[in-house]
Amino acid sequence: MLQTAVPLPSPAAVPSLPVAPAPAPDTAAKITASGLDFYYGPRRVLEQITLQMRRNEVTALIGPSGCGKSTFLRTLNRMNDIVPGARVEGSVVLDGRDIYAAAVDVVDLRRRVGMVFQKSNPFPKSIFDNVAYGLRINRMTRSREDLEGRVEASLRSAALWDEVKDRLHTSALALSGGQQQRLCIARALAVEPEVLLMDEPASALDPIATQRIEELIYQLKSRYTIVIVTHNMQQAARVSDVTAFFWLGRLVETGLTTKIFTAPAQKLTEDYITGRFG
Amino acid sequence: MTGMISTGGRKVMSSLFVALCTLSVLIALVPLAFVLFFVISEGVQALNFDFFTKMPKPVGETGGGMANAIVGTLMVTGLGSMFAIPIGIMSGVYMSEYAGTRFASLVRFAADTLNGVPSIVIGVFVYGIAVLPFKQFSALAGGLALGVMMIPIIARTTEELLLLVPGTMREGALALGATHARAVFSVVLPAALPGIVTGVVLALARIAGETAPLLFTAFSNRYFTTSLRQPIGTLTVMVFTYAISPYKDWHRQAWAGALVLVSIVLLCSLLARFATRKIEGLHSN
Amino acid sequence: MGRVGKKRSIDLGFRLGTGAFALVLVVIVCAIGFELTRQSMLSIEKFGFDFWRTEVWDPVAGQFGALPFIWGTLYSSLLALAIATPIALGIAVFISELCPNWLRQPLVFLTELLAAIPSIVYGLWGIFVLVPAVRAFETSMPSALRQLPMFSGPPLGVGMLAAGVILAIMVIPFTSSVAREVLKSVPAAQREGAYALGATRFEAIRAAVYFARTGIIGAVMLGFGRALGETMAVTMVIGNNPKISASLFAPQYTMAAVLANEFTEADTELYLNALIEIGLVLFVITLVVNSLSRLLIWSMARPARQDAAAVVVPAAESAA
Repeated sequence: MLQTAVPLPSPAAVPSLPVAPAPAPDTAAKITASGLDFYYGPRRVLEQITLQMRRNEVTALIGPSGCGKSTFLRTLNRMNDIVPGARVEGSVVLDGRDIYAAAVDVVDLRRRVGMVFQKSNPFPKSIFDNVAYGLRINRMTRSREDLEGRVEASLRSAALWDEVKDRLHTSALALSGGQQQRLCIARALAVEPEVLLMDEPASALDPIATQRIEELIYQLKSRYTIVIVTHNMQQAARVSDVTAFFWLGRLVETGLTTKIFTAPAQKLTEDYITGRFG
Repeated sequence: MTGMISTGGRKVMSSLFVALCTLSVLIALVPLAFVLFFVISEGVQALNFDFFTKMPKPVGETGGGMANAIVGTLMVTGLGSMFAIPIGIMSGVYMSEYAGTRFASLVRFAADTLNGVPSIVIGVFVYGIAVLPFKQFSALAGGLALGVMMIPIIARTTEELLLLVPGTMREGALALGATHARAVFSVVLPAALPGIVTGVVLALARIAGETAPLLFTAFSNRYFTTSLRQPIGTLTVMVFTYAISPYKDWHRQAWAGALVLVSIVLLCSLLARFATRKIEGLHSN
Repeated sequence: MGRVGKKRSIDLGFRLGTGAFALVLVVIVCAIGFELTRQSMLSIEKFGFDFWRTEVWDPVAGQFGALPFIWGTLYSSLLALAIATPIALGIAVFISELCPNWLRQPLVFLTELLAAIPSIVYGLWGIFVLVPAVRAFETSMPSALRQLPMFSGPPLGVGMLAAGVILAIMVIPFTSSVAREVLKSVPAAQREGAYALGATRFEAIRAAVYFARTGIIGAVMLGFGRALGETMAVTMVIGNNPKISASLFAPQYTMAAVLANEFTEADTELYLNALIEIGLVLFVITLVVNSLSRLLIWSMARPARQDAAAVVVPAAESAA
């Protein structure tokens, strides 16, 4: 008659809930810099930068000239590696892996993290060859048709296709400044990057060309993680979701763009945004 | 009042100085005009179709040409560029891509040194390494001597032109995932290529006019040959031999040779100038 | 990981590959020094320093003293320098400071053409045009002047004067183009500073030239290096006589010329070694002269950009 009693769990036996990892991992974070220091020779130009850049968002880096925002941008695809005497401490994690780890292939990293420069830098080749360049060197296409398809897709993504489709094989140097910059964006998009770094992409352009680039950034954010350096407050306010304010090599404040521009927490940020200095 | 006078004196001094500078330009242009005038007037009289197609006549007979020497000059300069162009361009790439390194400075120093070595000394050097061991003057030795002279010119030209290519282009390629080598060979070097070609053409023109390094490497030969292992006649050495000879008809042919040499130089310089203009136009875009 | 390794090795391979080509340049320079020394051992051992002190050059007797060649080389090069320097600097100043814009490019082209004409063409012109002209000049000189040691000897035409003139013509474009580069690197603030103090054009240019003085000395030395090693044209007009003389009219000989004339005639080992030793010394001298001049030009071009303002005061003083 002994019933095999279903043993009731004693309260003591109840397994304690797993301890939650201190800060919950932000699954939306694509690139995270933590405790990043950057040196040119003995000079420290970035100090303890910690910043998360999230998927499908535009993160704007603002601050006065020489504040380190461009340098920071260039640590994200290790472009600073080619500068003699440059040294990085701390970590930059892309999809859970430190990009400064020894085993990382810089060349592959730069394919995944595309970059658009302040001054458009088309190669002295045809429009087509410019866009195809990255596809070719990374051997990303199977056939001529595939290559042509991708070039077209990239040019469309960069909103340039309609303007150049009839002269794909003419020199890229004959394009206007704004077109050249969009070509450089197309070129960067062609290699299917996951992150797009933009270093003052519109600073050398006229207002109309600038507007087109901004519209483009807005469209691209649904597919990429975008980090943009800009000098132009209004531009940061218009295009970005998150804004990070740099000052003298430090990250002073970061937060939602709407908040940074309406109610910054720091006096310094407010002074800069309202144009009291810089 | 004294101030006025001294200002006047200073102004006179200034005008005098300007006049002297202008004069020195004219003084320098006089020999150029004279050389060109004589080369053209004497050369045109002497130059005929035979000069390019006929072989030299035996000593004492008039007529004949320098066909063998023209072929010889082409061969020796061709051989020289075959040595020099790859070495020169690659060293130029090294010097510009690794500009800050110690080894690059050493190479730059070596290039400048080599550029300053008298051409006759290059001849002696090549005699020691390429003639003496085989007991034979040869076209190959002549080509080697000219190659050694070309290398530093091409290397330095390449270096300078590569440094002119905007760094943003190199960065652009790297940012797309190109390796360093790839960035250089597919973007930077092609961007500088027109200039490098111009530099090579100028180097060729200069080297084709060299005599001293050929005197005891390629030596001379009055007969037609295309053998690499035989002594070979060249325009410059032939002009030298004819110029110091006692024969009137040889003097005539020496002037013809000089006209051909000067035409080559002039043509190359004009070509290079034209090309440089085009390149500058491209870069300013 | 394999892919990483491959790409890394491409970049290392690129560095080593281009580096290997670059190494060739260094090797050639070392090989020249080594080879010339090795090939002249016989002469170095036999004559030692006497080679450079004695003036008997008699291949038949096996006597080799190189002093006449050194004398002739230095004499002709210094003479060329004396003629060429003022003219070359005048041209450099004219082109970089005075000349109207439209004239600049054509003038640069013409001076470059002067440099591009082959030595052998100058030599040919020297034999048939310059030497007769020099002879006429020598003959027409009043006999009172001809008593001076500088102008002694028969008026042959060939000789030191003709060599000096032709060398000067060949050196002018080199010196002027380097001097022009050096003047270009003088900051505009230098001239403006002088003008602002009320300087005339001459005084402002003098300030700029003063600022650029080291570089200009370098340019002159670079021309000297060229003159030392110049072969064909000199060989054809200097007279090729191994006799030391102070006279501008006397036929003499240079190191490069003796190599050009006698190298293929050297019938004994010792003769050949003696000639190669001359080549070795020519190599060393030009190396030293060129390195020094480049050092000067370089030291000038460098700090010029940094402390442009700091030098205004001494420059203005020198103009006063």
